[in-house]
Amino acid sequence: MGHKAKVTLIDERGLRHDGRRFDELRPISMQIGVLANASGSALVEYGRTKVLAAVYGPREPSQKFMVLPDRAILRVRYHMAPFSTSERKNPAPSRREIELSKVIREALEDIVLSSEYPRTVIDIFIEVLQADGGTRVAGVTAASLALADAGVPMKGLVAGVAVGKVGGVLLLDVDEIEDSMGEADMPVAGAPDLGLVTLFQLNGVLSEEEVERGFSMAWKAIEKIVAMEKEVLRKKFEAAGEEV
Amino acid sequence: MVKTIHGTIVVPGERLDSRVEGKHPYTLEVGGAKIATVVGLLSRRDDKHVFINIKGVYVPEVGHVVIGLIESIGVTSWHVDINAPYQAILSAQDFLGRPFNPAVDDLARYLRPGDYIKARVTLFDKTRNPVLSVQGEGLGRIVNGLVVDISPSKIARVIGKRRSMANMIEEKTGCTLFPAVNGRVHIECPNRELEMIAVMALKVIEAEAHTVGLTERVARFIEERVGRGV
Repeated sequence: MGHKAKVTLIDERGLRHDGRRFDELRPISMQIGVLANASGSALVEYGRTKVLAAVYGPREPSQKFMVLPDRAILRVRYHMAPFSTSERKNPAPSRREIELSKVIREALEDIVLSSEYPRTVIDIFIEVLQADGGTRVAGVTAASLALADAGVPMKGLVAGVAVGKVGGVLLLDVDEIEDSMGEADMPVAGAPDLGLVTLFQLNGVLSEEEVERGFSMAWKAIEKIVAMEKEVLRKKFEAAGEEV
Repeated sequence: MVKTIHGTIVVPGERLDSRVEGKHPYTLEVGGAKIATVVGLLSRRDDKHVFINIKGVYVPEVGHVVIGLIESIGVTSWHVDINAPYQAILSAQDFLGRPFNPAVDDLARYLRPGDYIKARVTLFDKTRNPVLSVQGEGLGRIVNGLVVDISPSKIARVIGKRRSMANMIEEKTGCTLFPAVNGRVHIECPNRELEMIAVMALKVIEAEAHTVGLTERVARFIEERVGRGV
């Protein structure tokens, strides 16, 4: 039988178990257009968390009862693949996945110009391929990129990041180990170009001052992540125009 | 060989100068500022600054001539995919040009799922699905050739200024091209090899629509392949 190694979450130099500072993001990578059949798609990685988003639509749904006469509906499905976690995850939607599907939909609804496509649905599938903390916020980021790749008009790009409190210290972009051993987890998402916060949750206990400090750290990171999204979108089209 | 971008790539949420002209909903006024809502190109055209969307969704307008794909057969009409958020309707009466009796006539005799048609949008607003008509010259079932799907926002580049790009492709391949506004191009070629070259040329245009010197590059692309084979 093996023994779990004791993990030091923050060492004497203030560095985290993976060598990051308290306000440092994990390495983030983004790719768009990864699924040829989808209207738009994106693969986003926050460290070892890997999330795939696919957008289909706007299109008419097969069940007409659900449509609204004046705008499109966003139908979001957040799902963790059975192989995304160390223990096999049951493929059936859990209560957590149903909640996060709703939360992510609400994070994107006010940003998408849904009134342009009444009586239709925009399907957004978010599949977590590998989970290591921050899956819902990585999912929001991936969905935003996939919507842009699909040509769905949006008021701005959206990104998200989670701030955790571990050993009394606020840490940016917590991973699975930090989240599991921490005292609180605060996922935040928004559109910095519009100054809009579209996702804000808290799991655990934080003081008012900690919420303000944590939010400020998260918002700075969200601005950086949205800048990365813009760069990925620009690079895709500038590549066709490079000097040969 | 140098390729350069036509202008600046703009992404959703980025601010544009108030004088920039752009099609709704690809530009939008938010809080007194004009923003881009999709990925596009900021370009200069005839002393005007314009925003041209690279990405977008095709929305039909009355008068558009589209290439539709028959998806299913109803009682008195066909349901047609026109690459839009809404499925279109082609009535049997319009196709046949006479009253239609479902008890006697079988719609599958005339058009089946998988058939392509050229049709005009005669009715559409956002409260009802588009209605098509094939009454008109050149409209009706597509019998020969191939239909290629490309992004609707790239069709203008396939046509080119005063049809320069489409005419060039036709001249160099011997094919005839019909680019429809909904992102489908009907091509008819003398042989299969030229057909493949024309399809590849369309895909090059789709990938590089926002670059300068594209017509010359596509011309060279075609010449190299027509000479030596695909």
